[in-house]
Amino acid sequence: MELFRSTILVCGGTGCSSSGSMKLYERFEELLASNGLDKEVKLVRTGCFGLCAAGPVVIIYPEGAFYSHVKLEDIDEIVSEHLIKGRVVTRLLYKDEAKSQELKPLDEINFYQKQKRVVLRNCGVIDPENIDEYIAFDGYKALAKVLTEMTREQVQQEILASGLRGRGGAGFPTGLKWKFAMGSTGKKYVCCNADEGDPGAFMDRSVLEGDPHAVLEAMAIAGYCIGSDEGYIYVRAEYPIAVKRLEIAIAQAREYGLLGEHIFGTDFNFDIHIRLGAGAFVCGEETALMNSIEGKRGEPRPRPPFPAVKGLFQKPSILNNVETYANIAQIILKGADWFKSMGTEKSTGTKIFALGGKINNSGLVEIPMGTTLREIIYDIGGGCPNGKAFKAVQTGGPSGGCLPASMLDTPIDYDNLIAAGSMMGSGGMIVMDEDNCMVDIARFFLDFTVDESCGKCTPCRVGTRRMLDILNRICDGKGEDGDIERLEDLAQSIKASALCGLGQTAPNPVLSTIKQFRNEYEAHIYEKRCPAGVCKNLMRYVIDPEKCKGCTLCARNCPVGCISGTVKQPHTIDQSKCIKCGTCMEKCKFGAISKK
Amino acid sequence: MSISQDKYDRLDEVIAANKGQSGAVMRTLQAAQDIFGHVPKDVQIRIAEGLGTTLSDVYGVATFYSQFALEPRGEYIIGVCLGTACYVKGSKNVLERVCKELDTPVGKTSKDGLFTIRDTRCLGACGLAPVMMINDDVYGRLTPAQIPAILDKYRKA
Repeated sequence: MELFRSTILVCGGTGCSSSGSMKLYERFEELLASNGLDKEVKLVRTGCFGLCAAGPVVIIYPEGAFYSHVKLEDIDEIVSEHLIKGRVVTRLLYKDEAKSQELKPLDEINFYQKQKRVVLRNCGVIDPENIDEYIAFDGYKALAKVLTEMTREQVQQEILASGLRGRGGAGFPTGLKWKFAMGSTGKKYVCCNADEGDPGAFMDRSVLEGDPHAVLEAMAIAGYCIGSDEGYIYVRAEYPIAVKRLEIAIAQAREYGLLGEHIFGTDFNFDIHIRLGAGAFVCGEETALMNSIEGKRGEPRPRPPFPAVKGLFQKPSILNNVETYANIAQIILKGADWFKSMGTEKSTGTKIFALGGKINNSGLVEIPMGTTLREIIYDIGGGCPNGKAFKAVQTGGPSGGCLPASMLDTPIDYDNLIAAGSMMGSGGMIVMDEDNCMVDIARFFLDFTVDESCGKCTPCRVGTRRMLDILNRICDGKGEDGDIERLEDLAQSIKASALCGLGQTAPNPVLSTIKQFRNEYEAHIYEKRCPAGVCKNLMRYVIDPEKCKGCTLCARNCPVGCISGTVKQPHTIDQSKCIKCGTCMEKCKFGAISKK
Repeated sequence: MSISQDKYDRLDEVIAANKGQSGAVMRTLQAAQDIFGHVPKDVQIRIAEGLGTTLSDVYGVATFYSQFALEPRGEYIIGVCLGTACYVKGSKNVLERVCKELDTPVGKTSKDGLFTIRDTRCLGACGLAPVMMINDDVYGRLTPAQIPAILDKYRKA
């Protein structure tokens, strides 16, 4: 094996790629070659480091220098200073809240300190396009172990004993799911749900982009356990980097004999195909996903029969989510007891959350179950930017709910989140501050559900539409007495009667915001006022006469000419003509215009 | 051979390759969209006949998934992310500004045929919210005021 004195890791996740990390990679490549360093310094394009807010991110070992917000023109300096002269470019180092200039090891940065990276262990560490690097980190060792040392029953027992629950959101025990599929005989399928549709969650994509072999290995283990020789990964077409890396990984695994026939010289055969989703949220539901793999409209089927009996192509099938699979190999290698040592009694292990919205350190965080919301949002996420007050955190995406500040000390696990009126979901965690209107947020999620409802069952197709109509009315200032009760009533009916998980959970964002922020609904309905100043029909722009210098800039830019006043005198807005476009506030240099 | 004939030949190849395979309709439609940019009625008919299935089957799949476009799209597809992280950071105002600047509603193509506006689901660049994509270019940390200058770059290109 070749030895290198330094290793440059360039984040190749979608977040950093979007902000230009591929160009950085190419520039490093050029400069290493032209300086004759390509034999001494290894350049790796890795998966996501998690701290997307600081992207594009470059890490150089052995020093562990964590460079953030790196620009193309910075690369020359990094090469000449750091790699040639051995001096860390402190100007570019990631500065956490301590604002210390000194170099800190990665795990001492606040963002990483409270995390426990089990699923993400290889993301940002190995080159996802090189199977040898995965193997060097114990890759495919678990598959070898189950094929040569364990019976199918032992594998299932180990997974069940670990307490691993489905990371796609519902939290069904994985070992139990496998057990149901073991019973039947004949052709069976192992499916992987990589149709990450929750708006605001991207952990599955990061795993696929950063550690694709972990999923392939786990699917093969599942195949051995339930007695299947064929797997399908259903992945969003919107994730081109993930698709490409999966294709590379499958080809490499086949070449190494880790997929295909007689794996590790045993009688076990297993192969995996990729199917691309085409932009339908409902396809995250297991039966809809199977219909979609079959090339049909992705409409859910009634259950029973459950997929363990009649799934893909009418054969017994299991479906697990990417993050669930990414835990499997570790559980096999380190044992159920090790896995249970993390997390809480009923929610073992870790969970990845995609932290976003009004938060300083947006990105991916992996924490042991049982960590409190406060620790995630403040200790890891660094709180809300610009000194704004925290209002709520939304978990569970369109199926979940909003939790207020009073619930910040809730330890996160499946059961606590449901008790609090939300759910784990796939792990989106969106932070909202005082400027977000909770009625508007409920409307946002309902709008999403209405758009994504497949139309098969009436409660979801019509019921969610009716709820959205009421919410639109409330946000437009036309709310009536009794609207809140009507929403609650509809919500209960939809929850009780919709065919699949999408419909059954669609009312949750409305119910949870009514429960936690009823005062905001009441302000909209009875006072015709949007406390956060978001709903356009319920707010107005006003000029503070104390701050207005009479520069006339707002009046000159107003598209409808509703601002009047003389030069150097405070101006006023004619509310009857104002179309609330916000141009005046955007243009004002003195901060004199605000939303009320 | 005309360009359009070439496209139909490529479509026929895809149909032949997928015929009889599981999940053929969706994969053929995906390939057809890559070839034609959208999937008009005559393409759907050709797929249905070629695969030996019904037009209602093909049309049913084509209209179910948001990925498939039945009408021609502009040279530049503008996707404004309305994922939750972008939404709470004001991407709706960005989208409104794009529609206003192009005088085109969401889902439609501008009169000059240059831009199609779409509201997209999470693009996964939540750290850069609010985010907009124009074809493969990503624009992050946007404010509505930046929109006119960004659009101008494509008008001149």
